[in-house]
Amino acid sequence: MLTAAASATQIRHYQRLWLYGLCALIFTFLIVPCVLIVPMSFSASNYLEFPPRAWSLRWYREFFDSAEWMDALWLSLRVAGLTTLIATPIGTAAAYGLSQMPERLTKPLRLSFLLPMIVPNILVAIGVFFVFAKLGLNNTVTGLVLVGIMLALPFVLVTVSSGLQSFDGNLERAARSLGATRLKAFLTVTVPQIKSSIAAGALFAFVAAFDEVVIALYISSGENSTLPRRMFANIRDQVDPLVAAVSSVLVVASIVLLLIVQIAKRPEKGAAR
Amino acid sequence: MIGAIAAASSGSADTSYFARAERREAWSFALLAVPGLVVIGLLLIVPVGWLFVLSFIGKDGGVSLENYARLAQPVYVITFVTTFQIAGIVTVGSILLGYPVAYLLSQLSPRAAAICMIFVILPFWTSVLVRTYAWLVLLQRRGLINSWLVGLGIINEPIPLVNNFIGTTIGMLHVLLPFMILPLYSSMKTIDTDYLKAASSCGASPMRAFWDVFFPLSRPGLFAGTVLVFILSLGFYLTPALLGGGRVSMWSMQIATNVSTYSNWGAASALGVLLLVVTIAILAALNKVFRVDKLYGGR
Repeated sequence: MLTAAASATQIRHYQRLWLYGLCALIFTFLIVPCVLIVPMSFSASNYLEFPPRAWSLRWYREFFDSAEWMDALWLSLRVAGLTTLIATPIGTAAAYGLSQMPERLTKPLRLSFLLPMIVPNILVAIGVFFVFAKLGLNNTVTGLVLVGIMLALPFVLVTVSSGLQSFDGNLERAARSLGATRLKAFLTVTVPQIKSSIAAGALFAFVAAFDEVVIALYISSGENSTLPRRMFANIRDQVDPLVAAVSSVLVVASIVLLLIVQIAKRPEKGAAR
Repeated sequence: MIGAIAAASSGSADTSYFARAERREAWSFALLAVPGLVVIGLLLIVPVGWLFVLSFIGKDGGVSLENYARLAQPVYVITFVTTFQIAGIVTVGSILLGYPVAYLLSQLSPRAAAICMIFVILPFWTSVLVRTYAWLVLLQRRGLINSWLVGLGIINEPIPLVNNFIGTTIGMLHVLLPFMILPLYSSMKTIDTDYLKAASSCGASPMRAFWDVFFPLSRPGLFAGTVLVFILSLGFYLTPALLGGGRVSMWSMQIATNVSTYSNWGAASALGVLLLVVTIAILAALNKVFRVDKLYGGR
């Protein structure tokens, strides 16, 4: 089966050169903007230029030496961390609940959980700003975390649901027929089976909360600016390579995260085969 | 209820015990979704509901439709037209660029596909802000793209690629392309290659096998990606705000401007409500032919 498929694709390779070429171009389009920022961040100039005429670490120094930027980074990390801690269990519980409840409840509930993905961010931003103004939650960590949880829930729900989909519910029934309580069966049989989906959901939650900028434009300002909020202001007002340095740090961080995910996935795949 | 009693009286096997217990429990599982629903209710339904109410309140504080009547003004009409134009171009562009990539990924060996997938996932993971910034740099007057184009002799002097329609479209296409590729890829992956083998063993040319067998089977993913990209384009804020240079007025930016520049909450909420209505209308129309929750990874 495998060899047959392999030889079938080998025969087609030369016919598909145009496809490879086209895809190589599209991959270049996708990847270049993510990577090009890195060499630019080592520029010594006050302006963005590529390739830089002189190299230096001055923009990194400026980023890491600036109390304002460090505060923003720390705030974003805290918000994203707290969001992940809260959104992951809430989303996992909801995904599990959805997988067990009567069909006619599933669809409307699922759609309500997807609303944060459907409703345009800008609308949520001004609405939340309006409500938070009444509650005194603007410019607070609590406010940012609440918004983070709301935005992260669909990501957790979707990833955990897809994990549950490939999970054989009979395993849990077997555990229960052997005397395990519902909770124990869930925690000791189901969770280990879907743990990679839960981890992926948690990671999505972290990234969603960390990267959020449109709502932060309204509900975070001054000393309580998140990192993306500060970057946005910097890009709009003065285009200097400082943001390139910040962006490079973020790009490297996302590459590291991606590698961790890839490595974490590997043993499980091997076991499955 | 009657069924449960009947099952209890007649059922001796474990299966009926579980069936009964599960039916009883099924409803209580709705409780597990409550915390999440509370969060969404308080942080999404309440704020958006508030804007909905606000949109029907006129300048004099009474109930009125004046905020909606304003939307017929040319400045807003231009915004709507621009928004749909950009959303349309971005959607078509992402189909044209996304389909070949998803197809290639689905045909590669798992290892090669995993490597190529990095090219899709890495941008997907990189913050939209970072990518938008990168395009700002690439497309600027003395940026890389302009100097290449001049160097290759395609143009004589740098052309404005950013702070306009072109820059906005390129930036949005880049941000939204993975949203096309990922659903397409996942639907293509489920296509059993045996169907294609069957088609070719029945004498279909590779072209024919592709168009008559593969393409129709990939339609759910194509559908999902198209709608996702179109809807996300309609409400996109960040990229047009940074790459449009104030010259491209998209729907979401008009909402923001009304709040931040004019403090006109009535107009902003009317625009917002209309945007939401259009978005939901598209999804609802789609729901007739396609299960919307599938779009976001449902069953």
